[in-house]
Amino acid sequence: MANHFPGLSQDLDHLNRQKRDDQPVPGLHQPGGLLPQKQFKLGAFVLDNIVTIIFVAFVLLGFILAKQVAFSWFLTELSHRFYRNAFLVLSLIIPVVAGLGLNFGIVVGAISGQLALALVRYFYLGGLGGLALCFLIALPIAALFGWLTGLLYNKTRGQEMIASLIVGFFANGVYQFIMLFLVGAVIPVAAGHPMIMPNGVGIRMTVDMDTLKYALENIYQVPFEWTLVVMGGLALLYVLWSQFLRRYKPGKSRPTWFKFAMYLLGSLAVLILGLNTVLGEGLMDMVRDVPVATVALVLLLVVFTKWIMTTKLGQDFRSCGQNQYIAESNGINVNRIRIIATILSTVLAAWGQIIYLQNIGTLNTYGAHNQIGFFSVAAILVGGASVSKATVSQALIGTLLFNAMFIMSPEIGKAVFGQAILGEYFRTFMVYGVIGLALGLYVWKANKQSRVVLEPDDVLDQPVKNTLKK
Amino acid sequence: MGAFIKRMGVPTFIVAAFLIIVLVSAFVLGLSVPVLISDALRRVGMNGLLVLAMVPAIKSGTGPNFALPIGIVGGLFALVCCMELNIVGFQLLLYSSLLTIVICVLMGWVYGKLLNAVKGAEMTIATYTGFSIVALFAILWLTVPFTNKKMGWMLGSGLRETIQMDAFHADEIISKIGMFNIGGAREVVDDVTTITGGVTIPTGILLLFLLGCLLVSLFFKTKTGIAIYAGGVNPRFAQASGLDTNRYRIIANIISTVLAGLGIIVYSQGWGYAQLYSAPLNMAFPAVAGVLIGGATASRATCVHVVIGVCLFQGLLTSAMPVSNVLFPGTDLPEIMRMIIQNGVILYALTQVKGGGR
Repeated sequence: MANHFPGLSQDLDHLNRQKRDDQPVPGLHQPGGLLPQKQFKLGAFVLDNIVTIIFVAFVLLGFILAKQVAFSWFLTELSHRFYRNAFLVLSLIIPVVAGLGLNFGIVVGAISGQLALALVRYFYLGGLGGLALCFLIALPIAALFGWLTGLLYNKTRGQEMIASLIVGFFANGVYQFIMLFLVGAVIPVAAGHPMIMPNGVGIRMTVDMDTLKYALENIYQVPFEWTLVVMGGLALLYVLWSQFLRRYKPGKSRPTWFKFAMYLLGSLAVLILGLNTVLGEGLMDMVRDVPVATVALVLLLVVFTKWIMTTKLGQDFRSCGQNQYIAESNGINVNRIRIIATILSTVLAAWGQIIYLQNIGTLNTYGAHNQIGFFSVAAILVGGASVSKATVSQALIGTLLFNAMFIMSPEIGKAVFGQAILGEYFRTFMVYGVIGLALGLYVWKANKQSRVVLEPDDVLDQPVKNTLKK
Repeated sequence: MGAFIKRMGVPTFIVAAFLIIVLVSAFVLGLSVPVLISDALRRVGMNGLLVLAMVPAIKSGTGPNFALPIGIVGGLFALVCCMELNIVGFQLLLYSSLLTIVICVLMGWVYGKLLNAVKGAEMTIATYTGFSIVALFAILWLTVPFTNKKMGWMLGSGLRETIQMDAFHADEIISKIGMFNIGGAREVVDDVTTITGGVTIPTGILLLFLLGCLLVSLFFKTKTGIAIYAGGVNPRFAQASGLDTNRYRIIANIISTVLAGLGIIVYSQGWGYAQLYSAPLNMAFPAVAGVLIGGATASRATCVHVVIGVCLFQGLLTSAMPVSNVLFPGTDLPEIMRMIIQNGVILYALTQVKGGGR
């Protein structure tokens, strides 16, 4: 290892020094503790959360400008999009923690999911059983592709993000080769099958999902207002518990009274909004019902992601994410851990794509997967995640905010310029712009920091190494 | 054999082998090989400058210019500005080229500044900068208050998705300068010579491409050029020798952006259409793949690589189409092959990038 990294000992020194400085002293940071509280700086706060702030402002602006948008319609659209997209966005977290950056390569996972769907539909299977079979078939396919992708990421260390983008394009080519050419030309298929093109080679542009459509949603749905009541009630209880009854571990502190008031108001608002509709005639009556099974799957993934971070494997992910060289010298097989992270992400993305498509109802064979990487990454970035840090709540908040922008953009275009298409171009710009801005700011900040910390003794012998480091 | 492939470069070898197979099967199938070659030459000229734009960026150490769309939309903007004034023919190309240089120098300068702020992740940031600019210009195309009927929609405001160059008498005019045929049957009817068959050489566009290559390689012999190269090979050493590497990186990216802008004008006249909106979005990737196929890497590229790469890649793309149409009618095989080869080549180059990782 030492050959690969001549500056290792220096770096270790820095890291240790930094660690010592950064270590929070237990108990001292609590309100009324010995140390002064961290000062709130508006400039730094805005810079750290610029992407989120832009999106919140944009959606609020949308409500002011586009008066034709009914709030209940907006909530229907937003909640609907949230259920079907959240799983995909959550699948991005593990690679970020493991230091692979934002995995645009979830397109590979999406493709695996679509292969499984096509296979299941070819045998006319449908319903919940068919969907379960889709999940099952997608697992080995996605695991295999994820393994290959992981091998590639290990070969393109430091350039994973551009590699993951290109690997998505590459996989798209291979996928089209399979679906448009191999099916029929090499793999024998029944001629005249409704999925196969008239000339017997290739799968049609759109595949009908038949009873796979809404297979998850149809299991059980509850009215939106009841969900609000339950959620608001639970949130209220949690806020009260954490303010008055919870015992905090050293290093963590009770929310300030200001925060407590905000949380309280928020949860009360949700509760009242729901109760209002349940008891009388409220707004929420018009909002679409909540598909319990889909939400349960998303929650399950949330729990899984949180759980895996507490295991040995999760610890290894984090070690690799913080510093590969130190992880390696601590006896962690970094390559293996990175591959596991990629496989997990790819499999989850495949399942996410199946959940997404069963909600859409038709499989757009050659288009459904193309934008998944961009949209999911943009969503998690909007939630406040970065190249090296992503949490469950960032993913969920990001999904909400991103989709809110997606709904409002054409409406604003219509209201202000009289052209919905303008809003659509604008939202494309927002997707790419957000990714560019968030990544650019991250690298810029990292470079500025490393210049301050590393420059004095970081001389000629260091390779021109990737500066995507903390 | 292994050593030979290695010296030649794996992507170069694979694409060259493919090209030979396709050409041989074209011959066997009885397709007109001269027509294929004429087509390929035309496309080489069209794409040449766009691929050439990679050289300064790679040499300066910022990696292949994935933000090629910045220059491309700059060039297109200059083109539509001149179209709005109803300039036609050679003058259209001349004036829009001059305007392109002005616009692209500005854009390239800003872009270079940006790249200097994000050292180490240039390729990723460049890709998204390029994408964002294309989306931003899509809004511009839709809202720009131009009134020339030749490029507006029938109804409503904004520019069309594709603007026909022949409406401005500017389609293939560079290509047709000194165009001549090798072989083929010559027929003279009423003093008008028509030539059928044979290889058509689009002299003008090829000369323009070679002139571009010559100028770029000459530029890299000058003091500035060598300084750019030095900064790319070893930035710390260059800095220690007193070179302002940031400044040279900006200069290199300005040149790259200007070449992209001029490249799209040449491309549009050769193609016969100026394509706006989402068309420039993915134009960077074939250009990157082009120079890599020629034997360049993410940190080393010369004009020779450009010439070899663009000939092999465009040759393969143009000749694969008719062959596949005969062998596998009704499939989209050449397009699929382009996707796999293009992105496979870029991935291969990324695996060869040294260093990295934290």
